[in-house]
Amino acid sequence: MGKKMHIQMQVNGKAEEFLAEPRELLIYTLRERLNITGPHIGCETSHCGACTVTLNGKSVKACTVFVAQADGAEITTIEGLGTPDALHPLQTAFKEHHGLQCGYCTPGMITRATKLLEENPNPTEEEIRFGMAGNICRCTGYQNIVKSIKAAAAEMNAAKEAAE
Amino acid sequence: MSIKGGVHQDLIHDSAAKHVSGRAEYTDDILEPVGTLHAYLGFSTVAHGRITSIDLSAVRAAPGVVEVITADDLPGENDVSANGMHDEPLFATDEVLFWGQPLFAVVAETRDAARRAAALAEVSYDTLPHATDIAASRAAGAPLVTPPLTLKRGAVKPAMAAAPHRIKGQMEIGGQDHFYLEGQLSLAIPGEDEDVRIFCSTQHPTEVQHVVAHALGVPAHSVTVTVRRMGGGFGGKETQMNAFAVIAAVAAKRLNRPVKLRLDRDDDMSSTGKRHDFLAEYEVGFDDEGRILAVDGDFFARCGFCSDLSGPVTDRALFHADNAYFYPDVELRSHPLMTHTVSNTAFRGFGGPQGLIVAERIVEEIAYHLGRDALEVRRANFYGPGRDLTPYHQQVTDNIMAEVVDELVATSNYAARRQAVLDWNAKGGIIRKGIALTPVKFGISFTATWFNQAGALVHVYSDGSIQVNHGGTEMGQGLHTKVAQVVAEAFQVDIDRVKITATTTDKVPNTSATAASSGTDLNGMAALNACEAIKARLAAWAADKAGLPAEAVVFGTEGVSVGDKVTDWAKFIGAAYMDRVQLSATGFYKTPEIHWNRDTGQGRPFYYFAYGASVSEVSVDTLTGEYRVERTDILHDVGKSLNPAIDLGQVEGAFVQGMGWLTTEELWWDDKGRLRTHAPSTYKIPVASDIPREFNVKLASWSENREPTIKRSKAVGEPPFMLAVSVLEALNMAVASLDGYANCPKLDTPATPERVLMACEALRSAPAPAKVLEIGE
Ligand code: FES
Ligand code: FES
Repeated sequence: MGKKMHIQMQVNGKAEEFLAEPRELLIYTLRERLNITGPHIGCETSHCGACTVTLNGKSVKACTVFVAQADGAEITTIEGLGTPDALHPLQTAFKEHHGLQCGYCTPGMITRATKLLEENPNPTEEEIRFGMAGNICRCTGYQNIVKSIKAAAAEMNAAKEAAE
Repeated sequence: MSIKGGVHQDLIHDSAAKHVSGRAEYTDDILEPVGTLHAYLGFSTVAHGRITSIDLSAVRAAPGVVEVITADDLPGENDVSANGMHDEPLFATDEVLFWGQPLFAVVAETRDAARRAAALAEVSYDTLPHATDIAASRAAGAPLVTPPLTLKRGAVKPAMAAAPHRIKGQMEIGGQDHFYLEGQLSLAIPGEDEDVRIFCSTQHPTEVQHVVAHALGVPAHSVTVTVRRMGGGFGGKETQMNAFAVIAAVAAKRLNRPVKLRLDRDDDMSSTGKRHDFLAEYEVGFDDEGRILAVDGDFFARCGFCSDLSGPVTDRALFHADNAYFYPDVELRSHPLMTHTVSNTAFRGFGGPQGLIVAERIVEEIAYHLGRDALEVRRANFYGPGRDLTPYHQQVTDNIMAEVVDELVATSNYAARRQAVLDWNAKGGIIRKGIALTPVKFGISFTATWFNQAGALVHVYSDGSIQVNHGGTEMGQGLHTKVAQVVAEAFQVDIDRVKITATTTDKVPNTSATAASSGTDLNGMAALNACEAIKARLAAWAADKAGLPAEAVVFGTEGVSVGDKVTDWAKFIGAAYMDRVQLSATGFYKTPEIHWNRDTGQGRPFYYFAYGASVSEVSVDTLTGEYRVERTDILHDVGKSLNPAIDLGQVEGAFVQGMGWLTTEELWWDDKGRLRTHAPSTYKIPVASDIPREFNVKLASWSENREPTIKRSKAVGEPPFMLAVSVLEALNMAVASLDGYANCPKLDTPATPERVLMACEALRSAPAPAKVLEIGE
């Protein structure tokens, strides 16, 4: 057993504090320590995106982040975006536009898409396809995922305009 | 007024709200019971060899290790074969037959400890010569893993000899890894007596139950297997999870603690079966119009070290080697070859795609030979009146191929776009274009006739809520949604009243794999059958009470009417309960009219056919071999769709997965017989930026199944996978333009940019190769 490190982090707005080996991978911290099972394990090598979370405002693949690197970080997972009764517009769009089949890629896809739309609130289809190219979906063929993101962008832009 | 969520409606997936909020539970998300241990495997490091010594002392001594399990520790037989051929040991004992074959299991307090310990085994081998591919296997005279099949009609030799034109060719067709996004895993929880409960990501809970019972040496009634959902299956979880479930179960019973086994992705890709690679050798005879007169074909398959599903997979390749075309005289032979690789298995299409693609290649060869648009040749050869007998002697009675193709030709503007492609290429630039339209006809039913049965269990609770259980498993295809729609429709209640629960062997026994695209056909009918039984009891009771005939009871959207009195559903059910009406029923279904005699190669193995067609246009950089798909148009037949939105998703997903198979997904073994593409870093799966830039997908909304299937729908899981063949043949055309379409470039698959470049180079550097062998020349 290696030496444990004192870790603090905010996960979905909640303060967490624990001792962990610095090499513990963030995906295990979330799934096994904190029972946050929305981010999934697909490849554990940074290639599939099933484990995507937001760490200090950036999309990261939690399977290749050491918990030590996440010390003091603010982390948002799919669970922090919305609840079943109060979904984020992206969650609603993936649900309504059939942006999922088996659903295993969905939490990572949506979490990544929230950042994509922050980076580029009005993406073309082509920009969505390239902006999401770090996330594999083996089921949908991406067509409905792209549609969902487009629909959510329109929805979010309309809401922003209405608020202004 | 109609109910919410009946059949033929665009309903969202029943778990969609849970998926988008991260709350859908997969097997890996189940809270592990206190005391759960973790198992991992030790794998062989040679492709073929004899184990001379195996020293596991360091494994046993490693921190956290609780137990090491070898073949000697198995209470039952060291065999996980599901087909009764006893050729698939759980652990290799004497002879190792592929790189990555499990040798032993280690159980530890954590998964990490188990994985680290497994790597400490000291194993030495006398290596033996290995044959990992088809050519090496044939050269070595390797045995067949299962009896071959011949399909034959007419007399192919004289017909071939008499044909005005003949072409001989061959095609190499690559395999494919499933890459279900959720890998293989099992959690086994021991119970009293001989009981064990297994949570497992499987398409075939009944088979897991039987294989585990066999390995434990206990009756099937002691083993319960449950799966709520899978993160993708695609055939890769039809038999391939058996070994992992057995290890978890054996360890759990031995240690009397829950045991979980989740494979690392690299090990998952190395030690589980894939789509079969094929080599096809064909000869076709045809006339001046491009009409096929005779086809003779040999289909060699890389089956791996044991039989698994290779028999039915190679059979299905032959069943689809005609695709949509009539072969007047034909002989097709399968050669299921043993290779020193992991045993290949089911994968969406189940051998069908590998057969179908050869039919398409044959047509292309004819078209290049005659200098025609391949579409003309395709149309000239479609099944039709008087030309409707398949090589397995089933008559094609539901043929809508020409209608589908005609409509797609019009909506995709095929003729004008083909001319534009020809004009573009005539300018002679570096970027060349290609366009191709390819059809699909796919037979629906398990060819193992007894698999075509299903069971369901429907409970109506006294508050009017309904729980449904059936033998099918949910892997994202929307099966549970469709079955719930069928049940809602049957009782004329809103779908919110219907809950589908996890598939489990203690609710519905003796189920078939959710495979062969048959999930909805079979389980939808079984569920309907159960609903009808409950409705009949309710109607008899209500009619009797009212002194009316049973026909006076009508289940309607407003409630149940008896004569002119309408009662709200929940009240009606409450009253029925109080009057002691049985509100639970089992349902059963078996597909009618199908039969198949493998010895004679004759029968009606398929209840019906599903049809579809696609047009793809590509651009190829002929200096690098890189390409992209500019546009794909699809028209696909799902009969009268139960849920068009879900079916469209299936078509799109299948097409892109098929495109991956034919373009970028390359499995590569090194000279030591090691699979080197065992992670998505080296094995290229399509991502969002790889799909056609314009992608128009439609269902043939006018179609209706001519057979009385569930609400006249058709199966959708596998057939659209083969629509991707249009991408391959479009690439072929772009390359062919380099020498004025004088030669068919015969791209093998996957047509990686490297392969495309090599094909370009071959045409550029070689003087036009001898055209083709022709009679009288
Ligand atoms: S599990 Fe992290 S990228 Fe695949
Ligand atoms: S929905 Fe299955 S992987 Fe995306």
